[in-house]
Amino acid sequence: MAEVAQNGKVDNLLLDVHGLKKYFPIQKGLLRRVVGYVKAVDDVSLYVREGETLGLVGESGCGKTTASRSIIRLYEPTAGQVLFKSRVLSPDGQPRMVNLLELNREQMTKVRQEIAMIFQDPINSLNPRMTVADIIAEPLVIHGKYQKGRSEEIIVNLLERVGLRADHLRRYPHEFSGGQRQRIGIARALALNPRLVLCDEPVSALDVSIQAQTLNLLQDLQKEFNLSYLFVAHDLSVVQHISDRVAVMYVGKVAEMAGAEELYANPLHPYTEALLSAVPKPDPLYKSERIIMQGDVADPAHPPSGCYFHPRCRYAVDRCKTEAPAFRELKPDHWVACHRAEELQLKGI
Amino acid sequence: MSTPSLATSLETSDRPTDVRQTLIEVRDLKVEFNIRGGVVKAVDGLTFDIKRGQTVGIIGESGCGKSVTARAILRMVPRPGKITGGEILYYRYSRYPGKDGKTKDIEVIDMTKLDPDGELVRQIRGGEIAMIFQEPMSSLTPVYTAGAHLNEAITLHRLLPVKTLGDQMVEKIMEYRPVTKDEARAIAIEMLRRVGIPKPEQRVDSYPHQLSGGQRQRVMIAIALSTEPYMLIADEPTTALDVSIEAQILDIMRELQQTANMAIMFITHNLGVIASMADEIVVMYMGKQVERAKVVDLFYNPKHPYTQALLQSVPKLGPKTGARLASIEGMVPDPLNLPTGCVFHPRCPAFMAGKCDKLIPNWTNVGDNHWVRCLLYEE
Repeated sequence: MAEVAQNGKVDNLLLDVHGLKKYFPIQKGLLRRVVGYVKAVDDVSLYVREGETLGLVGESGCGKTTASRSIIRLYEPTAGQVLFKSRVLSPDGQPRMVNLLELNREQMTKVRQEIAMIFQDPINSLNPRMTVADIIAEPLVIHGKYQKGRSEEIIVNLLERVGLRADHLRRYPHEFSGGQRQRIGIARALALNPRLVLCDEPVSALDVSIQAQTLNLLQDLQKEFNLSYLFVAHDLSVVQHISDRVAVMYVGKVAEMAGAEELYANPLHPYTEALLSAVPKPDPLYKSERIIMQGDVADPAHPPSGCYFHPRCRYAVDRCKTEAPAFRELKPDHWVACHRAEELQLKGI
Repeated sequence: MSTPSLATSLETSDRPTDVRQTLIEVRDLKVEFNIRGGVVKAVDGLTFDIKRGQTVGIIGESGCGKSVTARAILRMVPRPGKITGGEILYYRYSRYPGKDGKTKDIEVIDMTKLDPDGELVRQIRGGEIAMIFQEPMSSLTPVYTAGAHLNEAITLHRLLPVKTLGDQMVEKIMEYRPVTKDEARAIAIEMLRRVGIPKPEQRVDSYPHQLSGGQRQRVMIAIALSTEPYMLIADEPTTALDVSIEAQILDIMRELQQTANMAIMFITHNLGVIASMADEIVVMYMGKQVERAKVVDLFYNPKHPYTQALLQSVPKLGPKTGARLASIEGMVPDPLNLPTGCVFHPRCPAFMAGKCDKLIPNWTNVGDNHWVRCLLYEE
């Protein structure tokens, strides 16, 4: 497999995604003729450093989930490069950057030990006919790492680490509440000692008090096991809380990516500004100018010309209608795709 | 025959404008579900009132009885649920005059005494108290167009004035007739325009699957408001929507409330949404009302440990503090096996041994219309 040079500007990278694209064909008629494409993910570039959390936010249908699934090739990407610093694929055990999209099936299975996933729906992501012990053991079995006795010990430890008890082992998922089920999902994700965890809306199905418990747990585990998270969510407050850096997506493209604090305080993209202003604040005396974005999110099958956000953007000029903005690093570690990013004075929180 | 104006007349003067007038008074409401494993007290002793033009928020975690309360008001509690105690008084102001052409005064109806399938309930439900549901996806019938949904509500509940019988300085006496098909369609289009759906003349013939999630929820709101209700029960109306669409919908609701002096009962678990919408808030936990206060008091001076914990457990936007979230330990108890004493005591940070696990706290007034159910505030 081709070894790829590390991105020179950013150090300590674990995941480096370049120009990732995933187009779903629209088929029509008897012959399943392809009449168009839904550009669910269209030229996404982002990176995750070791031990950090990158939040990925955006409205529903913007391609957050598709992007995270394309990274681990649950969807086969149309184009792009996904560089991941892998240990298992390196002959001498030294972590080395590999392009996941060039791996064959066998290598891909191997590398999935290092990339785990936590799903949104704690009910449907657990097999109802398996006990908790079987669910958590399954990744170990698949990768041939299950050893009688020793593995059982690991499983009990994991279960206790996520806040469940050893006597829960023989129970089935339906016997647990939503928050507990999400903990089982987290324990399963950690069974193989991954380095990167893709969290796809892990707390959006949970109640606020359980959500807080789960977020705290994820943060503790990150410190303990030196995990990196790609945290996909639509709740901006949750994302700000858990992320070191945040990427904002709009209709298949990354609009802006920066450190969490920087992004929320000094947004450079009008979409980020509007999104932040629309978040309802839990304070009855807070009076803000809400920027009400007109209309709906653009249809990724028929996106507008130029900048995809221009029909809803209040700063749009003629150039935005014709020319798609490039995703560029305007300030150190602050990336944005907007023609007018330099001149606009946008309001953060 | 002179055709009266078809414009939806939400601003009409035929509705009482006194804001302080009580519309709904819930007294010690109890709803129980008798299931195989035992009796679940879904709502246990709920007391609050809603005034005209006011928004009352009901917050709490899932399973705390918010939605059952809303359904109890409209007598729509699903079986095997039953209202087992208390009363729901509806101060009904009849909109249309009786056969004798005279308008009636306000009459008080106890909703709990009505036949849930009776004529009177069906007039009130949808016509005078409307409801919008959480799931815009599943609350619309996929085989009917948006217009057909609206039509049904309008033809069932709307009457139009035919002619003025006499103008007696004080009140107009009018004769009313049901709307015709064409008029209903015109009203439907007008309603869709009001809730901000682009090209309503075309969208009125769209099926639900042709509309986006935000548009579907707007159609739901249009259906609810097309009957010019006195009160709107909104059960998690924006939970399934994105923030930008949520902001649009909340804006529409606020605007329509102002023009029509409509009361809103707003059920949600999103503290941010409720802070910007409600005048008064009821906090529920395991079917019990734990605190009730004006919105500012509740957010700035919460009394009950559960409310305090709930407010602290939401991540807030703003400068990052790096602090951990204050989470409520433990889990919501099994409704069939409620803890003794105060139901919150196993999770409560202010737990007093020997007291909270034995005594059931009373509903205590701790200041300007601020009520709390906690032993910390009892003598």
